[in-house]
Amino acid sequence: MSVLQVSGLSKSFGGVHAVRNVSFAVVAGELLAMIGPNGAGKSTCFNLINGQLTPDAGRVLLEGRSITGLPPRAIWRLGVGRTFQVTATFASMTVRENVQVALLSHARRLPSPFAQAPRLQVAQADALLAQAGMLDQADRPAAVLAYGDLKRLELAIALANRPRLLLMDEPTAGMACGERAALMRLTASLARASAIAVLFTEHDMDTVFTHADRVIVLAGGERIAEGAPAKVRADPRVREAYLGTEALDA
Amino acid sequence: MSATSILLQFLNGLAGASALFLVAAGLSLIFGVTRIVNFAHGSLVMLGMYLAVALSEVVGFWWALPCAALAVAGLGALIESVLLRRLYRAPELLQLLATFALVLIIRDYALWQWGPEDLLGPRAPGMAGAVTIIGQPFPAYDLFLIAVGPAVLGALWLLLTRTRWGTLVRAATQDREMASALGVNQRLQFTSVFALGALLAGLGGALQLPREPATLKVDLAVVSDAFVVVVVGGLGSLPGAFVAALLIAEVKAFCIALGYSKLTLVVEFLIMALVLVLRPWGLMGRMPAPARGPAALEPPLAAPSPRVLAGLCTLLAALALVPLATTGFTLVLLTDMLVFALFAVSLHFISGPAGLHSFGHAAYFGLGAYGAGILALRIGAPMELSLATAPLLAGGGALLFGWFCVRLSGIYLAMLTLAFAQIAWSVAFQWDAVTGGSNGLIGIWPAPWLASKAAYFWLVLALACAAIALLWRALHSPFGYALRAARDSPLRADAIGIDARALQWAAFTVAGLFAGIAGALHAFSKGSISPESMAVARSVDGLVMVLLGGIQTLTGPLWGAALFTWLQDALARGFDYWRAAIGCVILALVLALPGGLGSLGGLLKRQGRA
Ligand SMILES: Nc1ncnc2c1ncn2[C@@H]1O[C@H](COP(=O)(O)OP(=O)(O)OP(=O)(O)O)[C@@H](O)[C@H]1O
Ligand SMILES: [Mg+2]
Repeated sequence: MSVLQVSGLSKSFGGVHAVRNVSFAVVAGELLAMIGPNGAGKSTCFNLINGQLTPDAGRVLLEGRSITGLPPRAIWRLGVGRTFQVTATFASMTVRENVQVALLSHARRLPSPFAQAPRLQVAQADALLAQAGMLDQADRPAAVLAYGDLKRLELAIALANRPRLLLMDEPTAGMACGERAALMRLTASLARASAIAVLFTEHDMDTVFTHADRVIVLAGGERIAEGAPAKVRADPRVREAYLGTEALDA
Repeated sequence: MSATSILLQFLNGLAGASALFLVAAGLSLIFGVTRIVNFAHGSLVMLGMYLAVALSEVVGFWWALPCAALAVAGLGALIESVLLRRLYRAPELLQLLATFALVLIIRDYALWQWGPEDLLGPRAPGMAGAVTIIGQPFPAYDLFLIAVGPAVLGALWLLLTRTRWGTLVRAATQDREMASALGVNQRLQFTSVFALGALLAGLGGALQLPREPATLKVDLAVVSDAFVVVVVGGLGSLPGAFVAALLIAEVKAFCIALGYSKLTLVVEFLIMALVLVLRPWGLMGRMPAPARGPAALEPPLAAPSPRVLAGLCTLLAALALVPLATTGFTLVLLTDMLVFALFAVSLHFISGPAGLHSFGHAAYFGLGAYGAGILALRIGAPMELSLATAPLLAGGGALLFGWFCVRLSGIYLAMLTLAFAQIAWSVAFQWDAVTGGSNGLIGIWPAPWLASKAAYFWLVLALACAAIALLWRALHSPFGYALRAARDSPLRADAIGIDARALQWAAFTVAGLFAGIAGALHAFSKGSISPESMAVARSVDGLVMVLLGGIQTLTGPLWGAALFTWLQDALARGFDYWRAAIGCVILALVLALPGGLGSLGGLLKRQGRA
């Protein structure tokens, strides 16, 4: 059974149809790349899936159960982790504390007003940070991190609830070429090892075609193609959507 | 009420609305462009009144109006270019503090210049009489006032839509960053907008003269009215301010006409609370454009280091020994300091780490104080029981008000907390049978075993320290982490399962409860309570303490509270203009040490290293 199944998803803002009748599915252990030109509706799709936006129409099923219309925090509890295109971290807290909060929330310990938070979940936080390559910066405030490092921190946070589904909005933006490949390899190995379904967006086509198992292409809010990377790459409609960007020839 | 008297009351309300609209329009314009909530706006109104009285002796009433307004505009330009310009990048709370310092300074200037007595203004020549409306006399000047409001609205509308300056001001109001990206000369724009806002304030004040005398107390009263109007109408919306001014002034006029003049304050703030809950951006306001770029960065909140802890313990021990050395005035002062330290720490708890900037924290201090007094005097409960129960009343109040408040954020939340505090204050001020009305309650004394100053000091020391320790502990608990997380990034907090609203509601309640402890302790230490203990000024005192100490430091509120209490005491004795002196100290600190006293240590360390 697919971990995520999206059917007929639609959302418009005023007159803008940001997402129109989009359907797709992701299975456990699979990396599905969602690509499309700027404004194609990728981030909106993510927001519809994790509950930040409510769809005008369509359904989102997580392991067969409808999560449509639930608030983000409820969807997170059901095992959906996400990273944001514009990173959202806790700037006044250290890198480790950022991950600790997520872990404490997962352990449902946040309401406790007397426990000493600095001592809680330290080992688990450090393990996640080590995985994301951020352990050496664990004591720095998140406010001073480089952009690529913020993306890595977001990944560590997103993994804190042992997600079944991981949504990554441009996870490698701000990283050098080698770092991108390393991060995607890490993601792939995590997905295989823990049977996580991964949906990610990415503007770097090299990254997409090297690491994705499947690709779905959006343009103007609609799905215009879906399938294996090689097949999608050759699709004339996709080439048309990217016309002038020459991204596919990279 | 007959149809005629209804009509007359309606006209009366319209006349009141005009001046209110002028003042609120100025406040709204200034906020729209500079994003500064000008607490001193009411002080500018007051200056307008006094100046008009003084000038009308020289040039006559009608000429005094524009002259006073222009003089206040000049002062506004000066304030903007000398002071506020340095603060545009400072945190919101610091800006408010600076403008509050101006309130103190301007009030004492007026006291020095014109004395404490109210000044009766002149009648308007040519309009001193009454006209007859359906057989009833109605002041001719009020008819003139009724025309002024729409006339000024029209003039402002023309200015904003038909001139280049106006177009740029509207652009800046909608999106400041966009406007600055378009290369608007921001300095000139900000100064001119501030001057225009001040002009409207001065004019609004001067116009009121034939209706009411110039008085020192008008500053805070007017500015809270103007806040209500601006928030109800929608921040930055002039038509909104107009509609809201009409609404508020009419409601007030009818409350008075129906014999419920005591209710005017409560009703006014209830309207505001209702509007904010139903339409958070006001009747005609729009959701503010999201700030691009990083929000104000809050530095990390470190747990106290072992050295700091050791220092605090030493201080505690030293304090415990003080009663052995003296039971004189020093002990009274130290008791006050401890009480206010607890008050400030509880305010810091929500305004710092939880990011909820409360402008009405004195409500919970007052609820605790009144709770203790009422239990002890009216019900005859033993002191220990009163002291233990009163904070629950404060906590209950915070639980109720907090439910509404946490639905808002930023400046809207600040205004709603202020509104609730005003409601609590006016209940205390007017419910003679229970609260003693404006006289308050007297004769609230501790139990015999605590009757000596030393014993009571030890009690306060023990309770305040325990309460502060608990609050600090909570800040470094998972609960405190979650609060900071929700403040730093509501988006991320929501995406990791944090129910920010519930947590903030809990924090608001806890802070109210602890402020209530401070209030109850205060009541028994003074033996009396007056409505002053929950007035706007007390809420602002709390903010001053927190900001003096540095909102981003843990121990800052302690030093802020101690310094402020001491300053107030030292200056109030033997110096008539102590408020202005405190204002100057605040300004100096805001300009020189924007991080508060707490940042002094870090600053010195850095300089030592350099
Ligand atoms: N909150 C919103 N209000 C109004 N319009 C929106 C909103 N969010 C997105 N849009 C519009 O919806 C469309 C899709 O935006 P979306 O952010 O989903 O695109 P995207 O594929 O993620 O683009 P990018 O590659 O630049 O991140 C755009 O036209 C955008 O302007
Ligand atoms: Mg996007």
